[in-house]
Amino acid sequence: MTVTQSLFYFLAFVAIFSSLLVVLAKNPIHSVLYLILTFFTLTGEYILLNAQFVGIVNIIVYAGAIMVLFLFVIMLLNLNVQTEPQKTNLIKFIGIITGGIGLVVLTGSLKASDPSNLVVIQNVDMGLVKNLGKVLFKDFLLPFEIVSILFLSAMVGAVLLARKETK
Amino acid sequence: MESALIIEKFILITVVLVVSLVVAMYMTLVERKFAGFFQDRLGPNRAGPFGILQPLADGVKLFTKEEILPANANKLLFIMGPSLAMFTATISSAVIPWGRDLVFGDKVISLQVTDINVGLLYIFGVVSLGVYGMMIGGWASNNKYSLMGTIRAASQSISYEIAMGMAIIALLMVTGTLSMRGIVDGQASTLYGLKGTEGLGWNVFYQPVAFLIYLICMFAECNRTPFDLPECESELVAGYHTEHSSMKLGFYLFAEYINMFVSSAVISALFFGGYNFPGQEALVNAGVASNVITILGLLAFFLKIGFFLFFFVWVRWTIPRFRYDQLMRLGWNMLVPLAIANIGITGIVMYLTGHIN
Amino acid sequence: MESLTNRKKVVEQKPMTFAERMYLPAIFQGLTITLKHFFKKKATIQYPDVKREFSVNFRGIHSLKRDDEGRERCTACGLCALSCPAEAITMVAAERKPGEEGLYREEKYAATYEINMLRCIFCGFCEEACPKEAIYLDGDIPPASFDRENFVYGKDKLVEPIHKK
Repeated sequence: MTVTQSLFYFLAFVAIFSSLLVVLAKNPIHSVLYLILTFFTLTGEYILLNAQFVGIVNIIVYAGAIMVLFLFVIMLLNLNVQTEPQKTNLIKFIGIITGGIGLVVLTGSLKASDPSNLVVIQNVDMGLVKNLGKVLFKDFLLPFEIVSILFLSAMVGAVLLARKETK
Repeated sequence: MESALIIEKFILITVVLVVSLVVAMYMTLVERKFAGFFQDRLGPNRAGPFGILQPLADGVKLFTKEEILPANANKLLFIMGPSLAMFTATISSAVIPWGRDLVFGDKVISLQVTDINVGLLYIFGVVSLGVYGMMIGGWASNNKYSLMGTIRAASQSISYEIAMGMAIIALLMVTGTLSMRGIVDGQASTLYGLKGTEGLGWNVFYQPVAFLIYLICMFAECNRTPFDLPECESELVAGYHTEHSSMKLGFYLFAEYINMFVSSAVISALFFGGYNFPGQEALVNAGVASNVITILGLLAFFLKIGFFLFFFVWVRWTIPRFRYDQLMRLGWNMLVPLAIANIGITGIVMYLTGHIN
Repeated sequence: MESLTNRKKVVEQKPMTFAERMYLPAIFQGLTITLKHFFKKKATIQYPDVKREFSVNFRGIHSLKRDDEGRERCTACGLCALSCPAEAITMVAAERKPGEEGLYREEKYAATYEINMLRCIFCGFCEEACPKEAIYLDGDIPPASFDRENFVYGKDKLVEPIHKK
């Protein structure tokens, strides 16, 4: 087993273990911290694939910004075992159904896609910023711009929501 | 070959770590000493000549103080907070290019721990993680002042990261690379193509607005005055580290000083030419050995870092603390639009001067 | 209402100009002010090593004087103790024995003479009351101590050393 392979298995194990703990941890703060750990292992996996840009952006955006906000909100809400309302059986049942549907969709889509193309990376330097930028701004220009307009509208919406009523 | 490289990198990492720790240690003294100078006092001068043993005395004091764990604190996270703060502060120095390569015969030693081609983004990633140390430690102390400090730290750091990133985008449009070494080497040329300005083509002259925004955001990210609201003592006792005692407190303070050192190094590398100094071309042409120039460059770099460290202290004893709503207004209403405008203007100017097509 | 002094100034609050709203000029002004102070001569006097000169009428620790021949001037008349508003001075008088003429100038002298420095307010009334010019408050600042007993100064601390004159 090469170093890369053993690193992959280690990171994969930590990723799965910590994402299980996200669900199983009693304290919501601990859940968030395990989720952050999961993001870190995913970044490790990206770097093993030589996708440096995606790996670092994963840390900046998810671990650095979004999870901070998660943690922020959960700390302010002060959720703990005492205050959290007990879930009724109906809610549990609905949760199982939705989760199961999600699983079915995931497995279905994985099966439908061609598995051999997923594993083999055609170009080793694909993940570097230069190549990624070229692909994004040449081959996928329209979707990329549409996504940025989507983000812009979300931002404008957030500003509108946060604005004080002047009346 | 492999093991030689590992040993070389190991020594380099150790040296960088020791240097940043020693600089941080002596920054505590310099801070207090200069605070005195700015207020017409002498500052600490009892421990050794000019008080140079003061940091050691402080260290001994912090190590021998009683360790207090609050009864209702989350023990593990309470200790993890300062450790994380220290960890994130120290790892960001990995991508800073300290100097050109040293050449011994056919052996080339790079004065940079690693030159990854997303170096700048790596620094951003680490900076954005820096807030976790404060958040976890502050929340785990189970104290309302700590929590307030934590929340301020988190929202402040997220708000200013955005303006910081936007400022850097304009810089990246000029440099065209994310690698730290690439950015520094790009500044070795002349300034606006003028004669006799070799080694002065610093990005601050091409991107002054980005520099200003970055400077302000740097202060905010380091939690330094005027943006030290997370540890605002007049409102929050001591902010996120209210409950931390002994060396746990020491780690938080230390991490702050290491952050100052590293961000001074980063801003010198990004905007002030890093290890480039005016007149280096003349030295090369005069046939001075390349290692000598490397050492001179290293000294120039540390001079720049020293200036920014001094600037940190200087600003701290000049400008009073912001109010929280002023802080947020500055970040979101002024710096972010300014940074976006800067990106636009940079793009237009670059298009008109034919740098992009 | 008319103002009394005609020195009233009406403060006008103009809206800030753009340059003022940028705050940067003001920040640089502040930075130059602090930088000027950075290089200024420091006001600190390093006290135990360097001492400031006392003013001419400074009143410090008392000293009991001797005359030109080295004899104690004090005659234990008790006027200093009487004039003391803080009641800090106590003394016990004694008669001079034959053969002690070289030690005490008058026929009566103070066998013990104690000043409680915690009570003393350094007003200098004792100095003014003394008919024999025996007590002067010309010493230093009384040093600190951890015990109250150490502040009761006896003759051993108060009387001028003999070799001085």
